Amino acid sequence: MHEYSIVQALLEQCESHAQEYKATRITRVILKIGKLSGVEPYLLQSAFDAFKEGGICREALLQMELQNLVLHCEACGEDSEQSEICYQCKQCQSTQVRAVDGEEMFLMRLEME
Amino acid sequence: MCKDCGCSIQDHDHTHQEGHSALHSNPQLNDAKTVEVITKILAKNAHEAGHNRAHFDAHKVLAINLMSAPGSGKTALLEKMAESGAFTFGVIEGDLETSLDAERIRAKGIPAFQIQTGSACHLDAFMVHKGLHEMPLDDLEVCFIENVGNLVCPASYDVGAHLNIVLVSVPEGSDKIEKYPVMFAKADLILITKTDLLPYFEYDIDHEKAQARRIKPNVDILAFSTKDEQSIQNVISWIKFKKSMRS
Ligand SMILES: Nc1nc2c(ncn2[C@@H]2O[C@H](COP(=O)(O)OP(=O)(O)OP(=O)(O)O)[C@@H](O)[C@H]2O)c(=O)[nH]1
Ligand SMILES: [Mg+2]
Ligand SMILES: [Zn+2]
Ligand SMILES: [Zn+2]
Repeated sequence: MHEYSIVQALLEQCESHAQEYKATRITRVILKIGKLSGVEPYLLQSAFDAFKEGGICREALLQMELQNLVLHCEACGEDSEQSEICYQCKQCQSTQVRAVDGEEMFLMRLEME
Repeated sequence: MCKDCGCSIQDHDHTHQEGHSALHSNPQLNDAKTVEVITKILAKNAHEAGHNRAHFDAHKVLAINLMSAPGSGKTALLEKMAESGAFTFGVIEGDLETSLDAERIRAKGIPAFQIQTGSACHLDAFMVHKGLHEMPLDDLEVCFIENVGNLVCPASYDVGAHLNIVLVSVPEGSDKIEKYPVMFAKADLILITKTDLLPYFEYDIDHEKAQARRIKPNVDILAFSTKDEQSIQNVISWIKFKKSMRS
């Protein structure tokens, strides 16, 4: 259940962005969740609902966009989006690839007032 | 100078632009606004992980993160590495409770530091940073980080290691790689452990290898048993080869 520690990090970021913009509350939190980030969106949602109480996100909706793995191929130079978890270039079958998206979790946008 | 710990590692990849946002010129909000922020949620952990790697690099220490389900044989592997005397190493141990694993390692004459994570089901880069300042890094070639036994949570946290070894043991059954693809996708080496037990379990080792390579066609896979001297030597050779590629 590392979703709890992830939500704590997320809420800290929300607080500090709200401060930067002198906002009084955040109404929507938009995340990008990589399919290889090791995070279960359902668990993240329930952790968010449990921890948002009393803070800047108390009335915020959590919106999550799932991100497939995207690879950059060092051999042919192409980027490819993988619908399955597979670290191999779809164009040229090379395994000289590096992930450029889909492994991390990002806070993308905040709606605040 | 590292501002977090006062140690002599230069602060490195401060990716400030990552954390800053589009409305810089006018941060005053008058009514409802959407702002692009685009920040890694685990940005702090990622930064600390980079700092840990810089520590290891400065001492020419190869850092290896060991991950598996509880009881797959992480500590047993480390005991065999200790007995071999093939290279010098230290161990940062992560467990929810107890110092049993660190004691097992120290009993072999190897420096070990125990981190008790309490309720956290994984090690993060901050915990490992505490541990690495307890390691005699100048005297070591390799530093192992034995993560909390768990096939899910540790996969989300970069702890600052150079390489990941993921272990899976024969008694766990040969469906674990397809059930936990995120963890096995992180592996540089997959160790199929306790292979001395193959006669007693219906375990399809070729199926597991095929599943692993569906995820990552170029992943290294070795069979390992504490009772098979050759298998111990194979792991040592893999580690020494990886070390030699970074000297
Ligand atoms: N037969 C056999 N038993 C093994 C082998 N490796 C480990 N074991 C046994 O498996 C049990 C668990 O091994 P550990 O090394 O403690 O496993 P671990 O991954 O460190 O466990 P945690 O740290 O609790 O997650 C012990 O009883 C070991 O003796 C092996 O190669 N063969
Ligand atoms: Mg152990
Ligand atoms: Zn390619
Ligand atoms: Zn430090």
